[in-house]
Amino acid sequence: MRTLIESLAVLFGRTPRQPAPESISDAARAIHEQRMERRTHEETERIKGLHSAQARKLKRWRLRRWATLILVNLLFIVSYKLDIQMLEGALTASRFVGFHMADLNAALQVMLAYKQVLINLLIGIVTILLIWWTLGGRTFCSWICPYHLVSEWAEIIHMYLRKRNIVREHTFSRATRTWLWLIFAALAFVTGYTVFETISPTGILSRALTYGPGLALLWVGFLLLIEIFYSRRAWCRYVCPIGLTYGLVGSTSPFRVQHDLKKCHHDGICRAVCLVPHTLEATKRGRSSKVKTYLGADCTRCGKCIDVCPTGALQYKFKGLGKSK
Amino acid sequence: MAENGKRSGSTVSTKSGQTSRRTFLRSVTLAGGLIGASLMGFIPVIKGWVKRLRPPGALVETDFLASCIKCGQCVQVCPVEAIHIADLDDGIGVGTPYIDPRAQACDFSCDGLQCVLACPTGALTHHIDYPHQAEMAMAKIVNPTLCLASRGEGVHGSARGRDFKGKLRYTEIDRWNPISVTEHPYDLDVCDLCVRQCPIEQRMTQCDEGNPPANDPNQCPPEHAIRLVETGESDGRKTFTPEILSGCVGCGVCQMICPAESSVFEMDVSTQGAVLGSRRGGHS
Repeated sequence: MRTLIESLAVLFGRTPRQPAPESISDAARAIHEQRMERRTHEETERIKGLHSAQARKLKRWRLRRWATLILVNLLFIVSYKLDIQMLEGALTASRFVGFHMADLNAALQVMLAYKQVLINLLIGIVTILLIWWTLGGRTFCSWICPYHLVSEWAEIIHMYLRKRNIVREHTFSRATRTWLWLIFAALAFVTGYTVFETISPTGILSRALTYGPGLALLWVGFLLLIEIFYSRRAWCRYVCPIGLTYGLVGSTSPFRVQHDLKKCHHDGICRAVCLVPHTLEATKRGRSSKVKTYLGADCTRCGKCIDVCPTGALQYKFKGLGKSK
Repeated sequence: MAENGKRSGSTVSTKSGQTSRRTFLRSVTLAGGLIGASLMGFIPVIKGWVKRLRPPGALVETDFLASCIKCGQCVQVCPVEAIHIADLDDGIGVGTPYIDPRAQACDFSCDGLQCVLACPTGALTHHIDYPHQAEMAMAKIVNPTLCLASRGEGVHGSARGRDFKGKLRYTEIDRWNPISVTEHPYDLDVCDLCVRQCPIEQRMTQCDEGNPPANDPNQCPPEHAIRLVETGESDGRKTFTPEILSGCVGCGVCQMICPAESSVFEMDVSTQGAVLGSRRGGHS
């Protein structure tokens, strides 16, 4: 329970807290103490070697994830263009072989604006809720959302420019997203219009893919420019209410990324590639309360950390499935 | 810079205080900018500067805007591809569906109101089952002098010229598939296309002949939608003028098929969802 509250607090924007000394398990404490010792030169070199070997390896999860993301969005396109009717609609609401599905945030906005619970929408909400609760909540973000993909490409450019000192990183308060979530919900209720949808790059891109491009894409382009030249992954990190909604769904999901303290070198390579590094607090030296912990609600289950970790300290896990101790 | 470097202790907290103040201001600017941007898209919507024809079953515009989830499923099922998704510059709500009737009207060739069935939110109300129950608009005569029938003129050949892309279902040719209007030339001494192609009038004729669509008497409209009224004679030919009747649902077929340079008709959407579409109105 305490972990859940901490995970939600961090999701809403609070900085992760160091675990209280008494909450750290004996086994974890033992490892922490051992890690406080200085690394020998050979050990440092060995770990360096591991990292550079890992960096050269194929990013397996990224490959799988991009393939899934592209396939799902392609399915939307061909369902309409070739009239195969598999996955109709857009990411705001759709039908998968006839079953209603509704994006939780879009559905929430509609119900707040319309002030009425709609039965078809409710079916769609429950379906999507079950799917994403099982699969991890923000899994939607990294495995389905088309904006996530283009934003990842923008991020590659951003990091390249940063390495060359051409651009400088600017951060925002992570609580901005929580405030925006509340404000957009309030705006929908007060104005009776789904105000957020106008600027949602997820909706805009999803519709553009199926129904053809439009001027609204300029807005998406503008967001990408901000992410390239001003602030890394700004939309997904500090703004997107869809992400926060799915974060809430994922907060109790059984599908997680698990951190194994025993295998961790605390080098922070995972945090450097992560969209939401505050979920990887346990990978910092002395910050893990147990030997095995799960990443928090804001984790998008994208697998980037798993791809870069040379020791397998980070792994996908279905809680309750297989042995986990 | 050099000054800052010399200070001790307190500098750190001042600096981090500065950084956090900057981050805070930056965050407020970001939030403000985004809220502003989202409201910019909303202003033309609430002001109603632009009025567009919505698909059949659309609720009263304010309710429609509140409940449309912008998924475009109505677009996908339309057999004549009459429905489009609004863009940023349309000013009627990004992602909401509309019909441009002069280019392609809703001719109800699906009979079963596929768009209504496809709508996941009821923005296109599920309270309607038949074309005559739709309340999209009322046709309005805006260019009476352009009417061919008012001059006793007819139509020979394609109604809208060779480049016209619009489609209609001609029951007598293909019961199920709409065809291009250009593939269906007319040979009429006096133009009566607005009445002849009116989906409501066609259904009434079929019902009068004892052949309601899909053999379902519920498909029979209770009231006429349009007729031609004789106005006199010109050069020995009878002249007529169209008259819109209470059975009109605003599908836009008359506006589309009108062979005049500019259509004699326009759709007045102020009646959109007037009775059925209002969630408080319910079924009448």
